[in-house]
Amino acid sequence: MSDAVDTATPKRRGSSVPLLKRLKSLITVLFTVLLTLVGLLFVTFIIGRVMPVDPVLAIVGERASQEIYDAAYKSLGLDKPLMVQFGIFLQQIAVGDFGVSNLTARPVSEDILRVFPATLELATVGTIFGVLFGVPMGVMAAVHEGKWQDQVVRFVGLFGYSMPIFWIGLVGLIVFYGVLDWVGGPGRLDVYYEDIIPVVTGLILIDSLIEGDLDIFWNAFSHIILPASILGYYSLAYISRMTRSFMLEQLSQEYITTARVKGLSERTVIWRHALGNVMIPLITVIALSYANLLEGSVLTEIIFAWPGLGSYLTTALLSADMNAVIGGTVVVGLIFVGLNLLSDFLYKVVDPRAR
Amino acid sequence: MKIKNLLKGLAFATAVSVSALSATATYAGTPDNVLVIANRIDDITSLDPHDLFEFAGSDYSNNVYDKLVTFDPADLSKGYQPGLAESWTISEDGKTFTFKIAKGRKFHSGNDITAHDAEYSLRRAVVMKKTPSFILTQFGFDADNVDATIKATDDDTLVVTTDKKYAPSFVLNCFAAVVSSIVDSKLVQSHEVDGDWGNKWLQTNSAGSGAYSLVNWKPNQSYNLKVNADYWAAKPTMKKIIVRHIPESSTQRLLLEKGDIDVARNLNPTDVEGISDNSDLAVDNDLRGRIMYISMNQKDPILSKPKVREALRYLIDYDGMVNSFLKGQYVVHQAFLPLTYMGELKDKPFKLDVAKGKELLAEAGHADGFDVEIIVRNAQERIQIAQSVQNTFKQAGINVSLTQGTGKQILGKYRARDFQIYVGAWGPDYPDPHTNADTFASNPDNNGTHAGKLAWRNSWDIPEMTALTIAAAQETDSVKRAQMYVDMQKEHQMNSPFVEMFQKNEQTGRRTNVQGFYTGSAVSQVVYWTVTK
Repeated sequence: MSDAVDTATPKRRGSSVPLLKRLKSLITVLFTVLLTLVGLLFVTFIIGRVMPVDPVLAIVGERASQEIYDAAYKSLGLDKPLMVQFGIFLQQIAVGDFGVSNLTARPVSEDILRVFPATLELATVGTIFGVLFGVPMGVMAAVHEGKWQDQVVRFVGLFGYSMPIFWIGLVGLIVFYGVLDWVGGPGRLDVYYEDIIPVVTGLILIDSLIEGDLDIFWNAFSHIILPASILGYYSLAYISRMTRSFMLEQLSQEYITTARVKGLSERTVIWRHALGNVMIPLITVIALSYANLLEGSVLTEIIFAWPGLGSYLTTALLSADMNAVIGGTVVVGLIFVGLNLLSDFLYKVVDPRAR
Repeated sequence: MKIKNLLKGLAFATAVSVSALSATATYAGTPDNVLVIANRIDDITSLDPHDLFEFAGSDYSNNVYDKLVTFDPADLSKGYQPGLAESWTISEDGKTFTFKIAKGRKFHSGNDITAHDAEYSLRRAVVMKKTPSFILTQFGFDADNVDATIKATDDDTLVVTTDKKYAPSFVLNCFAAVVSSIVDSKLVQSHEVDGDWGNKWLQTNSAGSGAYSLVNWKPNQSYNLKVNADYWAAKPTMKKIIVRHIPESSTQRLLLEKGDIDVARNLNPTDVEGISDNSDLAVDNDLRGRIMYISMNQKDPILSKPKVREALRYLIDYDGMVNSFLKGQYVVHQAFLPLTYMGELKDKPFKLDVAKGKELLAEAGHADGFDVEIIVRNAQERIQIAQSVQNTFKQAGINVSLTQGTGKQILGKYRARDFQIYVGAWGPDYPDPHTNADTFASNPDNNGTHAGKLAWRNSWDIPEMTALTIAAAQETDSVKRAQMYVDMQKEHQMNSPFVEMFQKNEQTGRRTNVQGFYTGSAVSQVVYWTVTK
């Protein structure tokens, strides 16, 4: 029991792990990541080639003559054997060249640099929203298990979980933008504010602060708040439910009783001891829901005319724009791997036993 | 500690949101000299006028580039008018067109517009061989002969020679198509890489002489244009054009109601209905070129009987469909040329008449009906049309089984002649009647492979009508030519395996202060330079 209490108030210990062992584990991690990525690329590549959409027709249109079709077929390199195509493709990716998107006539890397920040910004604000509200709500529901607070939290969570996002999105727009005029409309900025500040990170909230342009910051904020809250509501629903069940499990443990017997205040018992112990599974939950949002939420992006990764990938997929699909998939893959590594790291921060 | 921080965070977040809310009680309406349009622009895959072939891209091109001949946006029925060419002459044998390029006009770059630019542009369109190039190559131009057939003889004179005699209106209409846009040859040439005719550069940049020039294009997001103050043809009022990609109809409607956009181009019937009471908003109706039809494979022993073909024409509820699920989106139209095209035919001889249909079926020896399969791609309006047809056919004893599939599957069957009845749509490729006549009423060799032509796909062997189509494309007298198309369509409407049913009607929502927004109807593209607010 005292052990468990200790985990919540860890003392810093000096590193006792030998350097060699660390290096070894680092290499193992890198190797795993690499293997995952190559597997991902291979699967994406194969799916792209067997998909019943003709990438050539997507470029030249249905009415093109055979001659024009053949020329485009060759220029895409589709006349070469599949393995050769995969080889060429890996070579290009190794140097960071994803090729040119058929749909936008630009390098895929450039496209992704343009669309990904929009998604990143939205997902981050959404997740912050989800965590800020979801975790306290979950804790509250667990503490008041079965009482009205619990019911309210459960209802709010279920509602968020079961309402179709395009419906909530539209109703949100009609109410908060159309009728009340509290928030900005679809898009990341009012049109007149576009292209004013230089792109540094691509995150308008941050770029505008760097530039010191508060007008643009508030405009961007007013545009992001609604779609981000709606996405955040989704992760809130998930996070609060998970927090609740983790907390219930902890609150029934004996160390909690011990802590209470010791005379610690109820607040300390709940927020510090119990919540401290659910941090690890909670981080996993949050990281996963963040990663999900980072893939881009297609429906939200369509309703809010948000030029993000989700609609970029969907359009590319439907037109068999394979360079764009693969580029996007690699990014999404990297996000998942990256967030996994990050939560591994966070485990070690919050739980000394994992060090 | 932790909880205090958490609460502080929450308090901060709330404070931030509240101040954001109060900070955004903002503007009413867009600035007076800026036009903001909501449209679906995800079909733009290139901005090169000799490369692009879809709607949104053509709209862009029409405002950034000029052509040798052009249309008057306010009165399309006048036909082609002088554009960059102030006049032209046609040789005795009808094969040589000599264009006089107007002097003193300039590209956005400041370069003079000369016959050499026209020569470069038309050659470029032919030699690059992108999808729309067939509009020019059908006159016999190819990479090997352009040096002789498309030639600037001095700074103001361009001489174009076709391989055969064609109707002047046919040739000139094609020179008014987007693919015939004139680009700034000096500028484009300076961006050529590996003999690509500057295609890579022009896909994302502009080099034109039109009323507007490109500021930027963000795929699937927006494109911005700025005014060309020295435009030769007009003095545009709008200094800036912003076209935003707003895929959802209801989002477009909301933006329009709020005044954050001036024009919404993709409102669905529900949203059109929804804004009909709003006195700040107006809805314009414009016929576009798309034709909806069903067609019957003439390889089929039953469907090839003339009486059966006629009977089916009476078994379609044209009015019922346009008054219900197609409301506002289509009008009844029963000929292969879209209304507003040269040679249009307005006759609508058929309406739902089950008794008449039954009678004709009985005459054909099918009084008890028969079984038939309709193939249709899984797009909502087509499926609804197929279901309505299934329903009305049933009333005359014809049992229809519907087969749905993806566009590619169904189109594949159609192109392979492997079907009985097909629900289809066709849009014209260039502003001349030949574009549709050539596909609906021409089948040069029924035993060969001409999968591009609709008449061939339906195994409809029509040597006489094919000859008529060719003759019409060569008729030099425009009035006579138009009459030939009218006559052909009358025949086609009665006896072909095609049952043309509807023509697309586009509904554009706009703020009432926006005037002079022309979509270009069936023939041309949208114009921004006539807009005032």
